[in-house]
Amino acid sequence: MSAVLRARGLVKRFGDHRAVDGLDLEVPAGVCFGLLGPNGAGKSTTLRMLLGLTRPDEGDIRVLGLEVPREARAVRERIGVVPQLDALDPDFTVAENLIVFARYFGSRAHAARHDPSALLEFAGLAHKRNARINELSGGMKRRLTLARALVNDPELLLLDEPTTGLDPQARHLIWERLRQLLARGKSIVVTTHFMEEAERLCDQIAIIDHGRSIAIDSPAGLIATHIEPVVLEIMPGRPGAALPPIEPRGAERIERIGDTLYLYTADPSRAAMLATLGDLRVLRRAANLEDVFLKLTGRDLRD
Amino acid sequence: MCFSSSPGAIFVIDPARVLAVYRRNLLVWRKLAPASLVGNVAEPLITLLAFGYGLGAFLGEVDGVRYIVFLAAGAICMSTTMAASFESLYSAFSRMQVQRTWDSLMNAPVELDDILVAEWLWAASKATLSGVAIVVVAFALGVTRAPTLLAVLPVILLTGLCFAAIGLVFNALARGYDFFTFYFTLCLTPMIFISGVYYPTHALPPWLEAVSGVLPLASAVNLVRPLVIGEWPAAVVGPLALLTAWTLAAFTLARWLTRRRFRHTL
Repeated sequence: MSAVLRARGLVKRFGDHRAVDGLDLEVPAGVCFGLLGPNGAGKSTTLRMLLGLTRPDEGDIRVLGLEVPREARAVRERIGVVPQLDALDPDFTVAENLIVFARYFGSRAHAARHDPSALLEFAGLAHKRNARINELSGGMKRRLTLARALVNDPELLLLDEPTTGLDPQARHLIWERLRQLLARGKSIVVTTHFMEEAERLCDQIAIIDHGRSIAIDSPAGLIATHIEPVVLEIMPGRPGAALPPIEPRGAERIERIGDTLYLYTADPSRAAMLATLGDLRVLRRAANLEDVFLKLTGRDLRD
Repeated sequence: MCFSSSPGAIFVIDPARVLAVYRRNLLVWRKLAPASLVGNVAEPLITLLAFGYGLGAFLGEVDGVRYIVFLAAGAICMSTTMAASFESLYSAFSRMQVQRTWDSLMNAPVELDDILVAEWLWAASKATLSGVAIVVVAFALGVTRAPTLLAVLPVILLTGLCFAAIGLVFNALARGYDFFTFYFTLCLTPMIFISGVYYPTHALPPWLEAVSGVLPLASAVNLVRPLVIGEWPAAVVGPLALLTAWTLAAFTLARWLTRRRFRHTL
């Protein structure tokens, strides 16, 4: 399968700070590729470099076979972007937002410029066609931004935290639409720090930290490679109470965060025994991407 | 048509994209035109009528013409200048910083240079409309019916381009709307008072008259005033060259500052 996007040795410095520090990415056609990382990991800077809006200090980028930033305009004619902030035009109606945006693409967005009905339908906004932007809910605005990114029938979509700030219903609707686009053969690159989003949506994930990619695999592959399959979370029965001394055996790895003990294990049969030790709350669950993420990027706050 | 999109220093624009951005602003304006027109036209118009007739009754003639005829040229230039400034400062800043319209445009195949040129031409267009509105009023009131009035139009356009470019310089430097108060209070208002809008510049102390001589607004007034009276300006090349130089210098600076601004925020 050919790559829709390939970046090699990307470096971007802001003063002394290396926001992106030797990043390699390769996105095969037709997949949803997730860029997962804590705040400040370099995700958004990477996206802007892929768009040709920020010039990398080192490295080379090819998107849809074209060289970025040299041919960035030609690249942006063929891709769709959902930025972190909607930035819709408040003076225009829903339909006008699509029509005016389509004009920026020339012949590529001919259909949307003349009749945005199909896009409105796709975004579930047909009934809001003539509504003003300030009449829309957060989810509607996000869907309109997604529809706007599709005016040029792009081959590749870049989404920067597409569901941040949305309620679960709105989030699920966006995910469902993105899966529809994948089914139509589009390729997607999405940045997120919602593990659930990455796990549901992405075929491949690159975990980014300090401007580097520290792991690339499928969500299941990442979990299988980096973490034990079962997690036991052990908390005192009442908040504030001390955790009784526990001598956990059989756990491959133990972490203590505040008053909670995390036991990572391949053999969950010991969980039942632990539960009898006294006034404890034991949560037993399958390991997920968040466990991988926290293991690889650490638990320190990134403000 | 699509030129190279190198983010380097080469100035390349795509006319089709510039037009698309210009049309975006036009469409917004069509929705808000009445309020916008009142702001751009009403104030210079009131100035023209109040001062022209009111003060004119006391002043009689200035430089050999009725005061309202004298003032009409100033009002035309001031209206153009104000409209260009408001659009390239407050409105452009809204689109650039507050609504993030520019960011959206740059996610489409539109470059910063395309946007800047579109904003420049758009602000100059609105300025031209405001200037022409005063010409039409002056004509309708019979203040002037000189055929040379037609030659005022290209001067208005150039004045609009000039002050739109200057406005974009300050737009590129602004952190908030408050910043523009400095420009209006400390730059534009004094410039209006020493550029011969309300009274002839020979009424100024010689050193101030010399300062006035290199200002773009004074050049515009010096070109427009004779044309309103019905004469050809004694000097054409000098003021035109000065206005053009201000325009090109300001646009070049605005482009450099805007690119610098976006290099940091993007």
